[in-house]
Amino acid sequence: MTMAHRSAMNNKRTGQPMPGLLNGDIIWLTLRGALGRRRALLFALPAIILIVISALLKAKAHGNVWPPEVLGPVGYLILALTALIVGGSVLGAEIDDGSILHLLATPVNRRTVVLSKYLVAVVLTIAFAAVPEYVAGAIATGASSSLAVGLFVGALAGSVIYNALFLMLTAVFTPGQALAIGMLYVLAWEGLLASLVPGVSLLSAEHYSLAIANSIAHNAALHAYLNLGTGIGMGIAVTVASLAFASVVLSGFNVTGDVT
Amino acid sequence: MTEIELRGVSRWYGNVVAVNDISMTVGPGVTGLLGPNGAGKTTILNMIAGFLVPSRGEITVAGQSSWRNPAVFRQLGVVPERDSVYAFLTGTEFVKVSARLHGLPDADAAAQRAIDLVEMSESQDRRISTYSKGMRQRIKVAAALVHDPQVLLLDEPFNGMDPRQRLHMMDLLHAQGDQGRVIVFSSHILEEVERLSGVIQVIVGGRLAASGDFRAIRRLMTGRPHVFTVHSSDDRALGAALIGRPAVSGVELTAHGLQVRASDYGTFTREVAGLSRDHGIRLRQVLPSDESLESVFTYLLAS
Repeated sequence: MTMAHRSAMNNKRTGQPMPGLLNGDIIWLTLRGALGRRRALLFALPAIILIVISALLKAKAHGNVWPPEVLGPVGYLILALTALIVGGSVLGAEIDDGSILHLLATPVNRRTVVLSKYLVAVVLTIAFAAVPEYVAGAIATGASSSLAVGLFVGALAGSVIYNALFLMLTAVFTPGQALAIGMLYVLAWEGLLASLVPGVSLLSAEHYSLAIANSIAHNAALHAYLNLGTGIGMGIAVTVASLAFASVVLSGFNVTGDVT
Repeated sequence: MTEIELRGVSRWYGNVVAVNDISMTVGPGVTGLLGPNGAGKTTILNMIAGFLVPSRGEITVAGQSSWRNPAVFRQLGVVPERDSVYAFLTGTEFVKVSARLHGLPDADAAAQRAIDLVEMSESQDRRISTYSKGMRQRIKVAAALVHDPQVLLLDEPFNGMDPRQRLHMMDLLHAQGDQGRVIVFSSHILEEVERLSGVIQVIVGGRLAASGDFRAIRRLMTGRPHVFTVHSSDDRALGAALIGRPAVSGVELTAHGLQVRASDYGTFTREVAGLSRDHGIRLRQVLPSDESLESVFTYLLAS
């Protein structure tokens, strides 16, 4: 080792964790990990099904009633489930197999770890759920229709909100527990309760997204119960709170396992 | 001087006490954390690394707390026990990422130096998924050493290594310790600890059973007779002479020489030479035969 090298490293030995909100190496590592695993094939499957269903309905169904009825609930369910798989896997897979320790055994700020992984999850969810939602909308009502554009913008917002929520769940619970809680939230809370009890939509990422979508689409068949201001405000609050909490939890990460 | 310090550290999970009120200071050199499976070694290493919060007590590494303090990893390298690495990366990519995450000015050169140090240059461009367990261990050590840390923690580092790889890793850790670094490794294999480290911290049932040089620890165990193997020109006559001495509690004539159990280590070693001379017996060898780490460990477990 050269004197210059040692000196440079000694200069780095004191002080605070490495600064910065995002880290390119963590983004690269997370992206390769997410797309390198076989489960990456799962990401694309729901999106393909949505596009195929839209194409079939466009060819066979009569009238224009079906696009908001299908692309709203079904499209956003696919969005939520994709975010659950992606948001859970960018951190959960590494916690599951213990490789997260190699990342945590560095001076990188834990908030940077969370935000870098979050960015990858959002981009992948946009690619595998929001873009297919737009493609399905374009097939159904035309590329520049307000419904297609509205649902796409709502799905972009949904990608941001859902991933923050599911990343936080993965940081707090074990990956298996986080997946189970996420499924319950999407299927029971949002899928069932939110349609029966109006107040529940105030705590629903799907309804934040629908509020944003409906501000462009202006389509009553989307069943958007919240107005735009509430949707954006709650969406930002949930996203920021979830990411902040995930960073705090990861800072105090405790390894689990046998006592050896 | 760089040190690891634990003060009254305990860790419990519900009603299960994994680590019980441990205090110790570990300085430069190689220190072995020895104990049977389930003794609490990994728990202790995880707490030192800041991967686990102590239920009670304080831990400092190089003067700073490791809990919720990522900056400590500028001086700390960790080799976890679990065989979990980013298997989709090549060895080079893995070590380079580690170098960059440590913010090294020339990550490529630092990574290559670390890879050469663990003798993995021939396989460095293969995916880690194709590595044997021993190779994975070595690439993990390279990643942990890449930033030239003052403190290195290794949890069961020899798992999966073949004898040649073990010897090389022992030499490497010895060299790191000789350069003034604090090297702490855990093992449940006595032979590994005995060959690599004179200084041990023996953990039994979550407690610190003994601490220090294991030969010195053995000599402090005055309640147990010390066993010596003695060879002389007339073992039978020497045995008869020795049995009359107060410092000797038993003598046995065996095919491998005289087995002498001495109740007082110091008195026996001082008397045996004079006694042989007085009886005209030529003393050829006096060898402590229970000063091995295995003996010490067995005694500690039994006590």
